[in-house]
Amino acid sequence: MKLFGIKIPMMTSLLFWALVWEVVGRMDVIFLIPPMSAIVSAGFDLVATNSWQNASLVTLRSFVVGMALAIGVGVPLGIAMGRFKIVDNIFGLWVNMFVSAPLSALVPVLMILFGLGETTVVVTVFLFAVWIIVLDARAGVMQVPPSLIEMGRCYGASRLTIFTKIILLSALPEILAGIRIGLIRGVKGVVIGQILVSIIGYGELFELYSRSFDMERFWALTIILFAAAMLLSAGVELFEKRIEYYAGAR
Amino acid sequence: MANPMPARAADQSGTATSDAIVEVRDICKRYGDIEALRGINLEFERGKLTTLLGPSGCGKTTLLKIIAGLVPATSGQIRINGKVVTGPGPERAFVFQDFALMPWATVLRNVGFGLELKGVPQAERHRIAKHYIGEVGLSGFEEKYPHELSGGMRQRVGIARAFSVNADVLLLDEPFSAVDEQNRRKFQEDLLQLVEKERKTFLFVTHSIEEAVYVSDRIVLLSPRPGRVSQIIEPNIDRSAAPDVIRRDKGYLDVVEEIWQGLRQYAE
Repeated sequence: MKLFGIKIPMMTSLLFWALVWEVVGRMDVIFLIPPMSAIVSAGFDLVATNSWQNASLVTLRSFVVGMALAIGVGVPLGIAMGRFKIVDNIFGLWVNMFVSAPLSALVPVLMILFGLGETTVVVTVFLFAVWIIVLDARAGVMQVPPSLIEMGRCYGASRLTIFTKIILLSALPEILAGIRIGLIRGVKGVVIGQILVSIIGYGELFELYSRSFDMERFWALTIILFAAAMLLSAGVELFEKRIEYYAGAR
Repeated sequence: MANPMPARAADQSGTATSDAIVEVRDICKRYGDIEALRGINLEFERGKLTTLLGPSGCGKTTLLKIIAGLVPATSGQIRINGKVVTGPGPERAFVFQDFALMPWATVLRNVGFGLELKGVPQAERHRIAKHYIGEVGLSGFEEKYPHELSGGMRQRVGIARAFSVNADVLLLDEPFSAVDEQNRRKFQEDLLQLVEKERKTFLFVTHSIEEAVYVSDRIVLLSPRPGRVSQIIEPNIDRSAAPDVIRRDKGYLDVVEEIWQGLRQYAE
């Protein structure tokens, strides 16, 4: 972006709003908005605490297990749906329904089914992430150019070879895009799950800080979470770029 | 017409030659209620370039894919070297209209892919692939990816891949239709050189009359709905002349005109 002919670096807007926040915070208009400097220093204190470290560990564990399940189930299911009409008919409606459903509403039911613990959070992460992974893997497999498959047949490839050497590789960009969106949804899932269960991980901390009106820590934790989600997404995007030479070629 | 016939029309069934490498016997193809091909009988002579030419909807690509074994015929037989075939086989190689290159693989790997599928060791297949990459004029592009190449260069990769597997018959499905006009002409000239050099049998599908007359030993004209053989023409053009001379040659232009007269009834 350029302002008065001077090139402004990307993070400037972020700094500008942080400054506005700081000023509003110092004016002491509303207790919900403490000064940004106070939030940042609270953030540094926070990461040093045992409770934060434990909560992070629990959160990370639920997230990783839930995501692993979502990818492990979602990718094969999506591929099967793309390849076999019957599988598509059986699952298609459900996947499309769940991908846009307000899943948060299901979490109370999950709590009854899986108890007030990590299992519920893992299941929430799974449910948030899996559907988009299924849909993207399905789309990836379905858009493999028919001529590529004919090419494989023509040069003597077996069905298995066509699957492993042509279909899977051809669908890889879509599969990865699905996993990236799935990861972002999974972050939402882990936070919403923990907040609703509210006795483990970050959910417990959020509950604690908001009840005791500890706004510095509350915001510090929020900012840490935002940053983590963005970093995660950027990481996957970086990986996607490495294979973009063929995603972009289509 | 005062001028001597530049081309002679062979008889309808495709002259029974002693050395037919591909035989098409009573091929019919239906897609549900639509009859795509009706009673096709053709023979393709070894070492010649035969073109299937016709308006869109005449089933020329379908016929080529039936010969390739990629599409099953409703009835009839395809024989290669005298043997009935029902699927793809190593004696045939296909060049696709949309190139069918793997976008994640380099030129070298794409060209060697047919050999890779046959289990040829890497060193050997790289050697062969590099040879044919040179033959089609792409030396130096071995490590490039398809999207870094122009349409014409991509199709050269497709042709090099077909040559690499050393099939007897090369089936080309409108190979130049996605290539721009200037490159197309150059490509046609290069193809003729490769035909000369490689001594293989070529079956070529196109909808361009000029292209057909320029490259073919024999042209099979198909008529549409349902696809049938309507005429077989042998252009008998002296290909030792320079390309520009051929394109202005009276015999060449007369054959083009003759085919156009045969096809104009199908033009909308």
